[in-house]
Amino acid sequence: MNDVLMSTIEQTVLSDYKYGFVSNINAEEAPKGLNEDIIRFISAKKQEPQWLLEWRLKAYRQWLKLEEPKWSNVTYPAIDFQDIIYYSAPKQRVGPNSIDEIDPELKRTFDKLGISLDEQKRLTGVAVDVVVDSVSVATSFKEQLADLGIIFCSISEAIQKHPELVRKYMGSIVPPTDNYFAALNSAVFSDGSFCYIPKGIRCPMELSTYFRINAENTGQFERTLIIAEEGSYVSYLEGCTAPMRDENQLHAAVVELIALDRAEIKYSTVQNWYPGDKNGNGGIYNFVTKRGICQGVNSKISWTQVETGSAITWKYPSVILKGDNSIGEFYSVAVTNNHQQADTGTKMMHLGKNTKSRIVSKGISAGVSNNSYRGLVHVNKNAVNSRNFSQCDSLLLGDKCGAHTFPYIEVKNSSSVVEHEATTSKIGEDQIFYCNQRGIDTETAVALIINGFAKEVMNQLPMEFAVEAQKLLAISLEGSVG
Amino acid sequence: MNPTANIKDYFDQAVLPETKGKIGSLRKNAQQLYTRLGIPTTKQEEWKYTRINGLFSKTYQLTSDLSKVPVSSGDIDALRLPGNANANELVFVNGLFSLELSKIISKDLIVLPLEEAATDEFSETIAKHLGHSGHYLKDGINALNTAFVQAAAFLHLKKNKVLEHPVYIYHFFDTRNGNTFSQPRSLVHIGENASMQVVETFFTVGTGESFTNQVMEIVVEKDARLEYYKIQNDSSESSQVSTTHIRQLGKSYTHSVSISLNGNIVRNNLNVIFEADHCESHLYGLYCLKGQTHVDNHTVVDNVQPHCFSNELYKGVVDGKATGIFNGKIFVRKDAQKTNAYQSNKNILLSETATVNAKPQLEIFADDVKCSHGCTVGSLDEEALFYLRSRGLSLDQARSLLLQAFAMDILENIHLESIRSHVSSLISQRLEINEHDRIRDDIE
Repeated sequence: MNDVLMSTIEQTVLSDYKYGFVSNINAEEAPKGLNEDIIRFISAKKQEPQWLLEWRLKAYRQWLKLEEPKWSNVTYPAIDFQDIIYYSAPKQRVGPNSIDEIDPELKRTFDKLGISLDEQKRLTGVAVDVVVDSVSVATSFKEQLADLGIIFCSISEAIQKHPELVRKYMGSIVPPTDNYFAALNSAVFSDGSFCYIPKGIRCPMELSTYFRINAENTGQFERTLIIAEEGSYVSYLEGCTAPMRDENQLHAAVVELIALDRAEIKYSTVQNWYPGDKNGNGGIYNFVTKRGICQGVNSKISWTQVETGSAITWKYPSVILKGDNSIGEFYSVAVTNNHQQADTGTKMMHLGKNTKSRIVSKGISAGVSNNSYRGLVHVNKNAVNSRNFSQCDSLLLGDKCGAHTFPYIEVKNSSSVVEHEATTSKIGEDQIFYCNQRGIDTETAVALIINGFAKEVMNQLPMEFAVEAQKLLAISLEGSVG
Repeated sequence: MNPTANIKDYFDQAVLPETKGKIGSLRKNAQQLYTRLGIPTTKQEEWKYTRINGLFSKTYQLTSDLSKVPVSSGDIDALRLPGNANANELVFVNGLFSLELSKIISKDLIVLPLEEAATDEFSETIAKHLGHSGHYLKDGINALNTAFVQAAAFLHLKKNKVLEHPVYIYHFFDTRNGNTFSQPRSLVHIGENASMQVVETFFTVGTGESFTNQVMEIVVEKDARLEYYKIQNDSSESSQVSTTHIRQLGKSYTHSVSISLNGNIVRNNLNVIFEADHCESHLYGLYCLKGQTHVDNHTVVDNVQPHCFSNELYKGVVDGKATGIFNGKIFVRKDAQKTNAYQSNKNILLSETATVNAKPQLEIFADDVKCSHGCTVGSLDEEALFYLRSRGLSLDQARSLLLQAFAMDILENIHLESIRSHVSSLISQRLEINEHDRIRDDIE
């Protein structure tokens, strides 16, 4: 039995990264390296106002003072921050207003990925703001959203058109001094998405962005800012695929969410950056700072993530529950295979009264990978009657991988209830046998069990994404998933 | 030796008296390590929630010669635990082991000053096991104890012997002439197929402050069995870092219960290392705190070999401005297949100013294992309270009943009857339970 299991895992290990290809777009690049001039170059290139340049420079100077954090449960060779190109923009004709106007080469890239813009536009009604190598090239359904007063555009555009909103909120949740990689991002961020939902508006469609790393040696420093005004609702999707390459690439994004009174933000991620080959060469370093604040009463922020890619994933989507009765949720499936490393989890900071949070984290480790859950639930003295429930389950496939849990629980009042539970197990031979008995072969049985294991999280994804996420689970654990 | 000193300055400048052999070299290395690491700060992960630098800036008496401390057997009498008539009693005064004040009634139990034991037939055992806790506790505070191993105790239980009389260890701190700083050290060796029960407790006499940095290393050989009870109910002016490091060298069984009721800053390190397959260990802890008491329980269960079993349950009732901390680590090494490891931590907060910090941590490198941990923090169950009140109990009675039941889960694991009823009454006092509301403690 074990042999069969092992061989299916071996197949997993041998399966290639399906989305690995490089498209030739003549990128307009900044020279390698990082200094104040590069930051001025980026800022000038993007025709940014003076305050933003100063904001970037301040972050850069802070970054110089910070040290790269070492506390996480991941190892990687030292990153040479002077060997990275901090800006590259794909060539494009001036001002494409419709999808038909964009670079045909780019379009073919998306077709290969199976994200045909036209098809998505026609069939699913999803507005897609596509980011290829740091510059937004096409935005659809914009007019329809504009009718409702919803602003959904690239952050560069928002800086030009809505500077007051950007200036008010950017960096308010993740300040430029927050941590090493947030400071780096603040100094050099190239582009990203901006979304503003006005008071009382329920966004009629799922907003989505496809990120994609393209030119070689280009670190991507995305910055996303979502603001949900009083009583509004938005569901935002983020998905990533990246081409295969040998050198490690750094991805240090910052995402900030702001939910005001009675607003709700649902943020879903399917992350599938190139994980490196089976010997652990190459792959993306995904060092992301994601944080949301439930600023107003009765607000809600929900993070859902399916993490299958990246050589190293290091992120903790967090919620600051400031408004009374606010709710924070975190649902995660993290899959690691071969030499992948993941150190992920969440922070729930209960500040307001009657705040609630729920954490469901499912880790699947295979090959020689390491998968860690690291989370904090903090209940402040004034957060009376707060409630938290956390569940972290790990599934081990193979005897060379590791699963780790580091939950921190801090409670400072007596009326709150915090519960945490975690289990670690492997797929039982009796479970496989039970399936075999009923004519289900081992491979399908493993797939069945893994799907069941991750289902609680998958159910949280919007339908369009759930399909893709299941495909990704299958690809990253191919063989054992079937 | 300087009788009074700010201990940080003192140890920073201390010149060690020459000691030969293993103990000497161990001390020398530890001294260097302490000089390099210094006192742990809250920036270190292991000390994130417990700040002890403040304790090091005070002035203490350092006792290096027992004859200068006027402690008599009569002083100890008032503090003896029930059942002492049938127990072996070991006494440490201000961290120094006193053979004169001790009472050994079991002939199978050998008790010697460590320095003396190191020169005869036990030299090999000591060379092999002394200082092993340093492999797990790589901080300055453990090194500090090792650097000043002095008047330590060595206990050896002969193989194939079941010790009928438990071993009571009293740590006596005399602050009648000022604050004391003590560093008791002991090494316990339980021979093959032997069995013993150890009870350890701490008493501060006088109005001064006592600060204790204790290390006890216990080696459990094949087929041996250990029951270990630690009772911390010292004065509110007493602080301690108390380490118990248990190595299970062969298929063996250990059982420990830690009860923390009072003190200033209390840090407990309990390590259980399974160095052979089919080891079993049960770890229980109860902390009932109020006032400003700060209790930090750090436990480690390290599954180095396969087929081991561990079960851990720590419970806390935290009132006043007290802080309860639980950090439980379970390691499952690469070859430790078929490990079963369970851990649970439950806390009740009784006041708005109390704090609980918990970090139940699993690190697993083998796939064929069953591991789980759970952690809860909350207040008394409203529905249970209502149920009891609807049957005519007052709110106070209902609360005390629920709290006693909560503590009972741990208390029933104290197998020494006299100690169990003693601890049970201490807990009733702590929870301010009226005598007639007490649940009978003779649980059979």
